[in-house]
Amino acid sequence: MDLCDYAAYQLVRMIKCKQVSACEVLESTLKRIAAVDGLPGQLDGDRDAEPNKVHAFITLTAERARRQAQQIDRAIQAGEEVGPLAGVPFTVKDIFCVEGTLSTAGSKILSNFVAPYTATPVARAEQAGGIMLGKVNLDEFTFGSSNESSAYQPSPRNPWNTSRVPGGSSGGSAAAVAAGEGCLSIGTDTAGSIRQPAAFCGVVGVKPTYGRVSRYGLIAFGSSLDCPGPLARNVSDAALLLQVMSGADPHDSTAANLPVPDYVADLEKPIKGLRVGLSPDYFRLTYVAAESGELEQQPIPEDYKQAIYRVAGRLAEMGADIIEDVPMPHTKYGIPAYFVISRVEAASNLHRYDGVKYGYRTQQPVHDLHEMYRKTRGEGFGLQPKLRILMGMYVSAAQYSEQYYMRALRVRSLIRRDFETIFNPEGRYRLHALLTPTTPTTAFPIAQVYGDSVLMQFADQLTVAANHAGIPAISFPCGFDPEGLPYGAQLIGSDFSEALLLRLARNYEIATETDQWRKRIPPILRST
Amino acid sequence: MITPELFDHLVELAALELSPHEAEYLRRELNNQLRALQELVAVPLDPDIPPALHGINYPREIRPPLRNDEWIPSSHVETILKQAPELEERYVVVPEIPHQDLE
Repeated sequence: MDLCDYAAYQLVRMIKCKQVSACEVLESTLKRIAAVDGLPGQLDGDRDAEPNKVHAFITLTAERARRQAQQIDRAIQAGEEVGPLAGVPFTVKDIFCVEGTLSTAGSKILSNFVAPYTATPVARAEQAGGIMLGKVNLDEFTFGSSNESSAYQPSPRNPWNTSRVPGGSSGGSAAAVAAGEGCLSIGTDTAGSIRQPAAFCGVVGVKPTYGRVSRYGLIAFGSSLDCPGPLARNVSDAALLLQVMSGADPHDSTAANLPVPDYVADLEKPIKGLRVGLSPDYFRLTYVAAESGELEQQPIPEDYKQAIYRVAGRLAEMGADIIEDVPMPHTKYGIPAYFVISRVEAASNLHRYDGVKYGYRTQQPVHDLHEMYRKTRGEGFGLQPKLRILMGMYVSAAQYSEQYYMRALRVRSLIRRDFETIFNPEGRYRLHALLTPTTPTTAFPIAQVYGDSVLMQFADQLTVAANHAGIPAISFPCGFDPEGLPYGAQLIGSDFSEALLLRLARNYEIATETDQWRKRIPPILRST
Repeated sequence: MITPELFDHLVELAALELSPHEAEYLRRELNNQLRALQELVAVPLDPDIPPALHGINYPREIRPPLRNDEWIPSSHVETILKQAPELEERYVVVPEIPHQDLE
């Protein structure tokens, strides 16, 4: 085990008592990156290059990180107070602005954009002593669930099996954390983009309550759905990062003006008497059949279901009450509603990329401004942003918006009501959390789904409802399928109940600490 | 169903220039997505169900107070200007803006 494999909370302790230095931790991490990451993603890069590497990064900022680590070490030597992430290396999804770094959103249209300021969640992690390693890959503008849509290739691969996708859109974040390329990563979740890749890569990912973490400096996709959040190798580290990221921000009027509880202090408090629900609506997939256009249902794989029921069993052993057959009747409308709401918001947010003020501008000769717009956007955007812009414009057009956009917003109210019903402390169910699989399957093979935009979207079916409802959720690893790919369990809670979700997940970690599956490491690390 | 004519209109509104190959893929995927929306159109909705702009409610007590109406100069002016693809004496330069009669 190398220094870079230690938990963040352990490293902070070791660094603060001068057992190791921040520089040593950083060098160990950079060595790991050199060993496993391979070529960084680059514009027009070869999709199939180095198929046995992780390819999490777009931009590695090693010198910037070295300066930060030296500062931490100097401060500790001088006996100064350092923050709760002192010396902990972390990566940032390349959808956040970080001053002085290329901030590409995985798109050619921002391929030359150097951010003039730093996003609030990243700035807070740095202020807490965290060492920013660089920017990691993602689906272009976060539009995808596999990372294959990035304009920067090769795109990330799953450290547990490099022929599989890492999930998305925070795939670079999840792959990096799983491979020891930084203890922590800051990602974003609009329909499951933290939780789904966390599940696929066997790490912990938290989508906080909408408004818990500021979106200032985040390149926007679906402004009513986007949530920055942490990815980590264990629950305690996720809590540590969430703690420093959260809180009100004068730069974001949707950042809730609500005190941040201590997420770390209560992690190991007992869970006796907490009520955890299981819903049949989260153990089947509802999807539109390609041929008929009819809604069809299929159960999620039996082995995945059993894995989640085993989680319920362990939570019950720790004292939680498990409540079965909780109805969540509107879950199946999550993806259709998302197809409308997210596209309208995406189209609106993507209009700003026009080749005028920043970013890419066409190099072809043009006659006038409009032709410059069309050529710039035609060349600068990949297929997935184009698809979202066109869909967003269609469903919000005056003649269709009542039928689509307004309906989708009202269906969102129904999805929210499902959760209000089960979490109502005076209601029939009185749940503290709902336990579900995070994803319909474990990590799928590269190239199997990419291109089919409908099928790809259904990868988010079990995660998207929490985004519609604005509520928090956590994904954490709970074993491996017969092919050695991680299963992810999801706990969904009521508004601002992050502390409770983290506590439940930490109790599960404690209950399974000595399980054989906990000893596995990603095969890609065996040669390091 | 998004016809080729409607598709071309959307492409024009979106200010995109597409290759024939891209146009074919995008129109097919749009129509596939519209099929996935048929169920949404069929959801029974009581007239009293309001649209939700955000999932979570924003009661006044957790809404941040409005900022004071004060001018705060940006400290990033030069770095922001440097990002412009074409600049002349601190003016952002664009190609000819065509004259357009408003309907």
